[in-house]
Amino acid sequence: MSSRERILRRVREALGEERGTSVDVPRRYRRRLTAAEAATRADVIALFTERVADHRATVRHTGADDLATSIAAALWAREARRVVAPADLPFGWLAELDGVQAVADTGLTDLDTLAAVDGVVTGCAVAIARTGTIVLDGGRAQGRRLLSLVPDYHLCVVHADQIVGTVPEAVARLRPDRPLTWISGPCAAGGPEARRVEGGQGPRALEVLVVED
Amino acid sequence: MSGDSSVGGRASSSGAAPAPMPKFAVAARGALADTALRRDLRAVTGELRRRREAAVGELGDWEELREAGRAIRDETLLNLDAHLERLEKSVTEAGGTVHWAADAAEAARLVTGLVTATGHGEAVTAAVPAAREIGLYEALAEAGVTAHPTDLAELVARLDGGPAPADPAPPAFHRDRARLRELFVRALPDAPPDLPDDPAALAAAARAHLRRRLLSARVAVCGADFMVADTGTLVLLESEGNGRAAVTLPGTLICVAGIDAVVPTWDDLEVLLQLLPRSATGDRMSPCVSTWTGVTPGDGPSELHLVLLDNGRSAALADEAGRAALRCVRCSACAHVCPVYERTGGEPYGPRGGGPIGAVLTPLVEGVEDAARASLPYASTLCGACADVCPVKIDIPDLLVRLRGRVVESRRRRPVPTPELLMMRSAAWTMADRGRYEAALRSGARWARLLSRGGRIRRLPGLLGKWTDARDLPAPPVHSFRAWWRARPRHGGDR
Repeated sequence: MSSRERILRRVREALGEERGTSVDVPRRYRRRLTAAEAATRADVIALFTERVADHRATVRHTGADDLATSIAAALWAREARRVVAPADLPFGWLAELDGVQAVADTGLTDLDTLAAVDGVVTGCAVAIARTGTIVLDGGRAQGRRLLSLVPDYHLCVVHADQIVGTVPEAVARLRPDRPLTWISGPCAAGGPEARRVEGGQGPRALEVLVVED
Repeated sequence: MSGDSSVGGRASSSGAAPAPMPKFAVAARGALADTALRRDLRAVTGELRRRREAAVGELGDWEELREAGRAIRDETLLNLDAHLERLEKSVTEAGGTVHWAADAAEAARLVTGLVTATGHGEAVTAAVPAAREIGLYEALAEAGVTAHPTDLAELVARLDGGPAPADPAPPAFHRDRARLRELFVRALPDAPPDLPDDPAALAAAARAHLRRRLLSARVAVCGADFMVADTGTLVLLESEGNGRAAVTLPGTLICVAGIDAVVPTWDDLEVLLQLLPRSATGDRMSPCVSTWTGVTPGDGPSELHLVLLDNGRSAALADEAGRAALRCVRCSACAHVCPVYERTGGEPYGPRGGGPIGAVLTPLVEGVEDAARASLPYASTLCGACADVCPVKIDIPDLLVRLRGRVVESRRRRPVPTPELLMMRSAAWTMADRGRYEAALRSGARWARLLSRGGRIRRLPGLLGKWTDARDLPAPPVHSFRAWWRARPRHGGDR
């Protein structure tokens, strides 16, 4: 008998008559933010900003018309000379770069190149206000997972309409068949003080640009 | 997630004898004598408690989430066979390969075989709570595969020449810097000899070393906190980011998880991704959460293997107690609030994991026949703090009491009764009759008062002395309650 059969048989025998009892999951928890947490859209965005900052990430706000300038300004402030971006990053985002070279990832960029660039610019799929989380799903403007993993600095552009209030709202929006990365602050600085995770992997600096209209 | 979970016994329900280990009280002596460790544990558990409380307190629907979490895990376990078959189907359809390991040895063999089949002589490991349970490192070494642990705690333990740590908390760079600097200079490849001992420099040295390892890795072994049956999605929550790197960079990914880590549907994550981070580390969300469903062409590993580990878990499903315990999502919140764990740490509980839930799971899965496993249900004051914080509402004190009952039952079957059993039998005989009971009370009180000094008894004679090893006993009063009741003045109107 294969181990598969053996394990399944053991499980069935152990459960006996109880097997197959279906359990109703009481879903009385809240799916949305309470009015006390955020009464308006502006409050949701403010909550997101506050929670991202709690993770020791930098958050800035900008308007759609100023996005390219804001991205350039952020990269200048880092003194970044060379950054990488997904090939399908919207054309206008990097239009104002002056003195910063942008490498488009065509899927062939090797690890040495990635490890040597000064940063990466991406969009995101969803952002969660209550937890200060950005979620990347490899979709438009996000690129392969290693793109946002290997460089030391990650600049993530979040459109206001991508920000949801809660984890249940985010789970409902996301597609399980895509590779997801939920990022809550730079990896190297998370965790409790007594167990401060210093020396973690992933970008050591995370900057979030919230685009409001 | 970062749970103090990890298993080492090579026990299995197929009849292999559990690995020898010392009784809890004996195993705890080392930790209790180590004042630095105790200071550390107190600081860490204290802060994790405060963080958890703050993170839980800011949600208005925590109790509703716990109820949902409990029901999700109950549904998982009562239909585990169906969910496992569904998981296998969806992982396979998404391009992964599923393997089944009935016991620890088979899991180690499978992983080792998968690594060697790639033709690479080395593999990185990241967030594999089952590594100790299945003896992963020993098996890989035997097969000539070099394993590179990338969890910080394991890296330090490895450099130190020790086994994988029971408690996978990252090293405290700011407290332990002199020792860590010495260790890094001596054992960390490419650490500069003039490495300064400030925490940031030490952390940077560890990060740079692990980063090189992960960037050049071709094969990775990782764990998973949840496996979603209906979509085949594997989910890993972590703080260090090495798991994120391990599921992204290498060409081959081998994931090892217990069969109990399955959850029925994608939507269930909306509950579990709230319960687990807040309970485990007091984070609103863990710094890194990675999910992957089979393989994604052009993004991440091109080959995915999932090893489903039973190793005694299925046997624990046979009764209500076992099914309750297997709801565990390995957050370790019960350990962080436990007054016993706060003093002993995770090591004395044995390789299946520490804290109250470890004291339940180890004897449940491995049996209570040997003295070490039988000692675990007693490693608790039954204060109940663990039940209050459990995100899936496992009534741990109730399970500990039931397991104590099981220990007593198993001893009752022995040909020679234990002294405790003899004592309990004679107590039962004495208490069954009022005359016998009152006579025993009178003479007992007299003897006890003879033994007392200043109203306290510091040492009881014979076997009873075990009770006074750790505490004084107040001397009984001159008159028992019964004597006082009989002798009290009666007033007609009182009744």
